[in-house]
Amino acid sequence: MNNLELQKHANEVRKGIVTAVHSAKAGHPGGSLSAADVFTFLYYEELNIDPANQDMESRDRFVLSKGHTAPGLYSTLANRGFFPVEDLTTLRKLGSYLQGHPCIHIPGVDMSSGSLGQGISAAVGMALGGKMDQKDYRVYTLLGDGELQEGQVWEASMFAGHRKLDNLCVIVDNNNLQIDGPIDQVCSPYPIDKKFEAFNFHVINVEAHDFDALRAAFTEARETKGMPTAIVMHSLKGKGVSFMENDAEWHGKAPNDEEYAIAMADLQKIGDELEKAGEA
Amino acid sequence: MANKIATRESYGNALKELGEEFPNLVVLDADLAAATKTGIFKKAYPDRHIDCGIAECNMVSIAAGLSTVGKIPFVSSFAMFAAGRAFEQVRNSVGYPHLNVKIGATHAGITVGEDGASHQCNEDIALMRTIPGMVVMCPADDVEAKAAVRAALEYNGPVYIRFGRAAVPVINDRPDYSFEIGKGTIVREGSDVTIVATGICVDSALGAAESLAADGISAEVINICTIKPLDEELILNSAKKTGKVVTVEEHTVIGGLGSAVCDCLCANYPVPVRKLGMQDVFGESGSAAALVEKYGLDAKGVYASVKAFI
Repeated sequence: MNNLELQKHANEVRKGIVTAVHSAKAGHPGGSLSAADVFTFLYYEELNIDPANQDMESRDRFVLSKGHTAPGLYSTLANRGFFPVEDLTTLRKLGSYLQGHPCIHIPGVDMSSGSLGQGISAAVGMALGGKMDQKDYRVYTLLGDGELQEGQVWEASMFAGHRKLDNLCVIVDNNNLQIDGPIDQVCSPYPIDKKFEAFNFHVINVEAHDFDALRAAFTEARETKGMPTAIVMHSLKGKGVSFMENDAEWHGKAPNDEEYAIAMADLQKIGDELEKAGEA
Repeated sequence: MANKIATRESYGNALKELGEEFPNLVVLDADLAAATKTGIFKKAYPDRHIDCGIAECNMVSIAAGLSTVGKIPFVSSFAMFAAGRAFEQVRNSVGYPHLNVKIGATHAGITVGEDGASHQCNEDIALMRTIPGMVVMCPADDVEAKAAVRAALEYNGPVYIRFGRAAVPVINDRPDYSFEIGKGTIVREGSDVTIVATGICVDSALGAAESLAADGISAEVINICTIKPLDEELILNSAKKTGKVVTVEEHTVIGGLGSAVCDCLCANYPVPVRKLGMQDVFGESGSAAALVEKYGLDAKGVYASVKAFI
């Protein structure tokens, strides 16, 4: 898929995130928006998945270890055809299948997650199972940079490095912000790349909002044998919505009606520019 | 004197015996394979035994991931770490998605002995009972432990099984023995008092019933291996007959078998109940036998408590 198409899909994913969180009057837009491009790249290009055959045994697996960014995953899955986009407005509401955090029973969701640190371990288990059975599927998991403060992340990394799980790709959304502020002020996990290297990972640093860079990184990860890969993705929290960008306040807060209108206008403007670029 | 065997030994033997019949069975351990006895399985199936190192939380979530790709993982560690340290992983990685993960927790209760209170888990039944959809079992002897492992493998969903460190008498070795998740058994009939016991305390209850009989007291002894779901019908029918219930467990009286029995009786047929177990205290170092005696969970202690109660 060409970059312009990916950018257009990512913009629709962002609209879905803002719409879902606005409708729910709660949820986590900041980290959903920072990861919107990687969600889009994974589900539109990288992953071997099929919305028409969701339980396909040979499919690649994805575990959203930073489960609070469920709006990002749900919007991507909906736009990709796993369930109706209209259902995004039921997010977090009583009776909706779109729970506040990912649940394994949601179409396209491979693992329940949300309690930080556990998703990466589950992904490691899936990768290990694939190795034991000589299956070709790959396993991807997305972590927050604040999540790296959870000890379980490093238990899982030690195990993955020890077992040389080269079918595992760990992605870190390094937007540098967590609820209480910048991660290096709260309790610094830096240097992130060196830590994964020390746990016997192949590490790739990448710009999160550049599809060429993402494509190169995931290709390199796939071609890396004998060790798991960690892609440390340098991202902008709230990316695409002017007033949410690089502001920890928007980690877990929903826009009111007025803010929602501004956010959607921001994204509409980006969408219009992408359309123009397409015509040019 | 009955043959004695530790239920952790039964666990390791059962895993090995079932390995061929269940090719998807994999066993995870956290550097305790020699103690949990999963080493027996490891020797027979080295490629299906996964040592996670000393990282129980990671181990439980890895097992969850393995189960989503078709494996039937048995996760093993001491009860203190499997149910205690990794409680939230059991709840969120296994319980909430209702995955087909089995937890084989050994070294439960005070009969861990000399290691002392830090390793004597008297809280695991209570913790595991609170997780929706979790089956909780505590086998009484070698026969029941092996049957419980098989039943867990045949059942699709999360299961917690509690095993002990100390050798205990085999009491279920009879040709007509059968096992079903959720079914208790009357191991001795009586009419004056019901003693509901689980795990190694079933043997103590039987011993106590023998002594009570000598005093002219007829005690009915019920063996509850599956604490959740509880065999309520069996307990209620016995309570209606005897009118008095004593529960016995190698576990805190808060939230364990005693609480489960009280929940059932309160809602359906209230009768006086005496809960025997760890009375809101930590254990201590000592031999298993000395500890069981000190905390009143041997046959003598149960006898004295029942006598005083009725």
